[in-house]
Amino acid sequence: MTRRRAPVPRPAVALAVLGAALFVLPLVGLVARTPWTALASALGSPEAMAALRLSLVCSLSATAVSVVLGLPLAWVQARAAFPGRALVRALTMLPIVLPPVVGGVALLTAFGRRGLVGRWLDEALGVRLGFTTAGAVLAETFVAMPFFVLAVEAALRGVDTRLEDAARTLGAGRWRVFRLVTLPLAAPAVGAGALLCWARALGEFGATITFAGNMPGRTQTLPLAVYVALESRPEAGIALSLVLLVLAVAVLVGLRGRWLGAP
Amino acid sequence: MRDLHRRAALSVRATGALAVVLALGARLGGAWADEPPPVVVFAAVSLSQAFGALESEFRRDHPERRAVFNFEGSSRLVHQIHEGMRADVFASADETNMESARADGALAGPPRIFARNTLVIAVQPGNPKGIRGLADLGRPGLTVALCAPDVPAGRYARQAFAKAGVAVPEASQELDVRAALVKVMVGEADAAIVYATDVRTAGDRVTAVALPPEHDVVARYPIAVLKDAQNPAAARAFVDFVLGPTGQAVLGRFGFLAP
Repeated sequence: MTRRRAPVPRPAVALAVLGAALFVLPLVGLVARTPWTALASALGSPEAMAALRLSLVCSLSATAVSVVLGLPLAWVQARAAFPGRALVRALTMLPIVLPPVVGGVALLTAFGRRGLVGRWLDEALGVRLGFTTAGAVLAETFVAMPFFVLAVEAALRGVDTRLEDAARTLGAGRWRVFRLVTLPLAAPAVGAGALLCWARALGEFGATITFAGNMPGRTQTLPLAVYVALESRPEAGIALSLVLLVLAVAVLVGLRGRWLGAP
Repeated sequence: MRDLHRRAALSVRATGALAVVLALGARLGGAWADEPPPVVVFAAVSLSQAFGALESEFRRDHPERRAVFNFEGSSRLVHQIHEGMRADVFASADETNMESARADGALAGPPRIFARNTLVIAVQPGNPKGIRGLADLGRPGLTVALCAPDVPAGRYARQAFAKAGVAVPEASQELDVRAALVKVMVGEADAAIVYATDVRTAGDRVTAVALPPEHDVVARYPIAVLKDAQNPAAARAFVDFVLGPTGQAVLGRFGFLAP
């Protein structure tokens, strides 16, 4: 028998409907304005294909970097005790609340040709990140990695340490315990975090255009292509927006059971 | 008991906050009620400095009027007007985008040319790469920022390359001329094609390389009152001011050529 819940007051329901409409109407508008007959030609254009391909390459690379660097970072933040841990955690989360354009400016000051590290990279190694695909990946990683770290760190904190202790008493080393006990227990969060991170990287605009510019085939990812296309070929811009919308919905479906399925 | 105290204190604080909000609202409301609505001017990014200075002169001439600006690439402005953003005046950096607005039925009257501009190549201070002309921009290893083809500065730049018989180099497609200039100012790009007026405002952070006259393209800036104008009389007053002696003097001070 389920317990009867107190009904929500009518004014709250009305506001809730208004709130939902705020999300739903723009999506309806986008679908209604989509040039369905011209969709194939709009998406099949060389520029659109190049932007789509580049978006996939950049967002998947950014996700890979986020997993490789973010997993240890989440591990350290969840388990290691060191002075300034709270500060490190706050700094890791900063890109989530920072306007992406500011993130792009910050990246310029660090990795730009006149930046702290960028100057050295350019002079010593001849490596330049601005206007390169690597720069776009860096910008996307900067913005998206916190989502991965956030999800994984919470999961690692939730792992029952008694299970790890049990494994240790049975003679397993730290790496082995992490690989065979901790990681499998946190695996759903690692998957969901990676998916969320990928979605955020795919939609990145501000940091990318500020730090890496808007170079077709190199740094012009889908969101940048949408912004440029809206001026010259609005129907192409809307068609590309639809692609991003479908990908975003696919991510939510992929996450179902983690967030959507919550009772 | 303690809880009661805390609640009382909280409600006093809440009342205080409410009073501040109400007072602020009343002030803002008063300000809005007293002053006529400002003239909303959608203007090309390259006009931002000059129009900013021009606004204070406009206020001196018309104490009851103000102008507020939305500076973007002209192509973006046309798109915004098309999507229904309310504006009184449109000042474009090219006639092509003004023509799109006219074809869209957005103009209240025929546009008038109020200024002209020329192109330069903006390079790093002191021109370390020794860039002398458009042909040099195709050199390998050089990073170049241009505006996107629909942005006026981008279209003019492509016309200049065509005049010079040089292929358009691989370049970043910036969304307005300011963004292209900034890429050179922060050191990311070696060169960008911008307006002569832009490098004047950038000071010593960039060096300008002039184009030979046979390659240069003259940018013509049209201005028009929009059909959607909330306040057509004030909008016309602003346009007349821009075309009048004071407006022309300010534009001249920022390096624009007379129409």
